[in-house]
Amino acid sequence: MPEVMTRKIVTSVEEIFHEGGPRANTPLKRGSVMAVIQNPYAGSYIEDIQPFMEDLKPLGVAMAQKLLAALDVEAAQIEGYGKGSIVGTGGELEHGALWHAPGGYAMRDVLGGSKAIVPSTKKVGAAGVRLDVPVTHVDASYVRSHFDSIEVGLNDSPRADEMAVILVMTTGARIHNRAGGLDAKDIEGKDGLR
Amino acid sequence: MSADIRKIATWVEETHREIGQQISPPTRKAVAVAVIKNPFAGSYTEDLTPLMDIGAELGGLLGDKCVAALGITPAQAESYGKAAMVGEGGELEHAAAILHPKLGAPLRVAVEKGAALVPSSKKMGGPGQVLDVPLGHKDAAYVRSHFDGIEVRLNDAPRAGEILVAVAVTDSGRPLPRVGGLTHAEAEGKDGLR
Repeated sequence: MPEVMTRKIVTSVEEIFHEGGPRANTPLKRGSVMAVIQNPYAGSYIEDIQPFMEDLKPLGVAMAQKLLAALDVEAAQIEGYGKGSIVGTGGELEHGALWHAPGGYAMRDVLGGSKAIVPSTKKVGAAGVRLDVPVTHVDASYVRSHFDSIEVGLNDSPRADEMAVILVMTTGARIHNRAGGLDAKDIEGKDGLR
Repeated sequence: MSADIRKIATWVEETHREIGQQISPPTRKAVAVAVIKNPFAGSYTEDLTPLMDIGAELGGLLGDKCVAALGITPAQAESYGKAAMVGEGGELEHAAAILHPKLGAPLRVAVEKGAALVPSSKKMGGPGQVLDVPLGHKDAAYVRSHFDGIEVRLNDAPRAGEILVAVAVTDSGRPLPRVGGLTHAEAEGKDGLR
């Protein structure tokens, strides 16, 4: 396979101080990184697409490191994460699924071996499309306070022969979380769920 | 009156390739956005001085955020721009009060110098609406390679009683500039124009 051809990289960080309630002493940070890359399979049906997963691994690691740097926190301070992909209209949804393994494992490695599955979403779309990337707790998927999502998108991406691959991370719970459920301090962190 | 900031979002966009050409080093644009409470939403207020002071506060804060996100020294900034979107409970004049009287001076400190007018745009709008922030060379407005713009959009802002304030800073012009005109290297930067 050819090397991954990256056209754009966008990093975004939100610092949330409040949402009408008490002001947080330390703002919640929510960040995303999106790489817009050439889709080597755009244009026609290709049966064997799995080799590209291997090619995407270094990109996943580089993206996770870049996002951590943009958030300006230690890996241990990341409490929520998610991933997603947007396939340009010359490709197919299955191409977006190639991001699952390289994106997810790269982020878990960079964060030091998180236990929980990385929630994800994907779609086919044209330039300017928005994707709501789901977020859950890094060690226990049932932690209700950390369920969230981060909207990403870029006005000129993805073009028909491109795909956008995305990682997101957060530093904590929703800013005014009070909907109950499993609390982060009560998790066992063994099975990735509770 | 200082700004009641609900959230700050910072976005960095790098272009590594365009239309088959490698961009080396990549061009980079940053935009930082503050979502603030509009103290004058809901009824007509004649004196907008408090919003002008908020403009001064945000010019420095958001300019610094952009420079930090780009990882550059203030002197390395090459172009800038500003914009505001007022939620439906306010009026367009609120954007003008934030942007025009006082925002520029501290922004110019953040990017060092800044002899040129800071290009701007403003609109009324709601959550999820796009705001296009114009970009122009910071010391010489006629530098043609640096005319550009960057889009910002936050799914949850501005609410009716809020204002979204954006400042954009770059360390470069467009990816493949070739329409002539005054160049960055030729600019004198004395009168703000050439």
